[in-house]
Amino acid sequence: MATATPELRRKPKDDTRLAILFIAPALVGFLVFMIWPTLRGIYLSFTKFNLLTPPEFNGFDNYVRMVQDPVFWNSLKVTVYYVVINIALQTALALGIAVMMQRLTKRTWLRGIVLTPYLVSNVVAALVFLWILDYQLGIGNKVLEMIGMDRIAFLADSNWVIPTIALINVWRHVGYTALLIFAGLQTIPETLYEAGRTDGASEITMFRRITLPLLRPILALVLIITVVGSFQVFDTVAVTTRGGPVDSSRVLQYYIYDMAFGRFQFGYASAMSVALLVVLIVITFLQYRLTRAEQSDLA
Amino acid sequence: MATATTPVAVPATVTADQPAPKPGFNFGRALAWVFMILVILGSLFPFYWMLRTALSSNNALYAGSDSLLPVDASWGGFQRVFGLQTGQEAIDAGGAGQPINFWHYLANSVLVSTLITAGQVFFSAMAAYAFARLQWRHREKVFGFFLAGLMIPAIFTLLPNFVLIKQLGLVDTLLGISLPTMLMTPFAVFFLRQFFLGISREVEEAAHVDGASKVRVFFRLILPMSSAPLATLAILTYITSWNDYFWPLMVSYTDRSRVLTVALGVFKSQTPQTGPDWSGLMAATLVAALPMLILFLFFAKRIVNSIGFSGIK
Repeated sequence: MATATPELRRKPKDDTRLAILFIAPALVGFLVFMIWPTLRGIYLSFTKFNLLTPPEFNGFDNYVRMVQDPVFWNSLKVTVYYVVINIALQTALALGIAVMMQRLTKRTWLRGIVLTPYLVSNVVAALVFLWILDYQLGIGNKVLEMIGMDRIAFLADSNWVIPTIALINVWRHVGYTALLIFAGLQTIPETLYEAGRTDGASEITMFRRITLPLLRPILALVLIITVVGSFQVFDTVAVTTRGGPVDSSRVLQYYIYDMAFGRFQFGYASAMSVALLVVLIVITFLQYRLTRAEQSDLA
Repeated sequence: MATATTPVAVPATVTADQPAPKPGFNFGRALAWVFMILVILGSLFPFYWMLRTALSSNNALYAGSDSLLPVDASWGGFQRVFGLQTGQEAIDAGGAGQPINFWHYLANSVLVSTLITAGQVFFSAMAAYAFARLQWRHREKVFGFFLAGLMIPAIFTLLPNFVLIKQLGLVDTLLGISLPTMLMTPFAVFFLRQFFLGISREVEEAAHVDGASKVRVFFRLILPMSSAPLATLAILTYITSWNDYFWPLMVSYTDRSRVLTVALGVFKSQTPQTGPDWSGLMAATLVAALPMLILFLFFAKRIVNSIGFSGIK
């Protein structure tokens, strides 16, 4: 790859040829595995497609079916329920952890421990909790029994299954979220706390008057990232309950997967995927607007 | 906005360990420590429980389900996971009896993650260099186009990508699992471009004056100077691909391309009549989790400090 010696082509710098060479692999990856599938996914949502014969255009049939499909609406409801529990719990806990780390010790080992669950896959997290929360033998139920409560069929009871799955995913992701918030906390000048302390403000007052307002833009970004991620819940459900009991944990992504790979209705599955995509875009946009993420109080 | 939502390695923004001003003993602080200790226990207990169960005998778990130590300690769980027990032995010990061999899945996982990491980091670095340092028309436009990719949730591309991989005849191959993320991710390009932009131009110009070509500057100067962010990106990519479940689940059907996460799901679904083979299952989860935990042990500081934001003023 001997390019001409610089003496010869010193003049106005133009590296177009070299640049094409340099971005070629990434551009191919981008176009073939991101842009093309996105367009194709939208196209497939307007077809009847079973993977074996070529897709047949069928207009809005899939969308009409979707609007009339009670299982779809139920799965949307289950997903939203999951997201609300997951995000509420996770954000509150992560904020607590981040603030405590900020005030107690910024040492790496503590942040390392908090992050450890994030290092294992959703599948591992799901299986460990499947065992810990097992009705017969799980240590979780043993503890409940010891403190005089009834055993709970965490993943087999339709009322408990979504909160339990939410909790499993909080375990895996709370440390990561806490570290994101922690990084945000580092942008708040220590002098503000010193001033607060001089004025005799308590830790709680300082948290409410200094930390929270200044953290708002970061919290907004954290929320957008985590909510969008939370809507895509699949692994935990696929490993623990497969949507059951009945449909009580059939989250949208699992329904889509089941429709495509269980029943080979790729067209309908694509239409539901588009619905999920629209939901995610709307949520991102709304959250961004509502929380005024672009403005910081730290002028 | 797309740029701002990207978690990005911030080179140690945290001023290391400056002690917070502390007033002797303080009830609030003690309470805060109690909270943190609970968080630590909550984070780590499941790992201990995996180990404790993996080292127990399945049949003893019923009687000793509340014992904090392994009950009737044995390596049986691990032996089943690595296919070292015969079918009958495994069934007697509460296993499923089907032959399983996690060495094979371990090797598949290593191959897939290595392929994805090496390809993604290298090709993204090349593209990032073109975006940061080369002069060409439409550079900013093309880069904006790449950034828009950050907005597409990965999950949306999975189904159509599966159709594509099937058309390419790559279903149930390791290459089929790796290919979609092997060439780039918008995040990797963005992340590396940020860093390349920060490298002083003077060093580069000096090299050009000495007659080095841009290609040479990239390989001999830019890449070595960026070893820290490249390593961070590589570690994060490796962990992500190691832990991925949904995509490999779609693509792999048989042992030929089965990676650890998918194998765990299959192992779980082979539950024998008598009830799940918990000690085998926990041994298997430990095998799947351990490589990343060891990686974390070595690179904890780098990984921990890589979590943060960029683009926030």
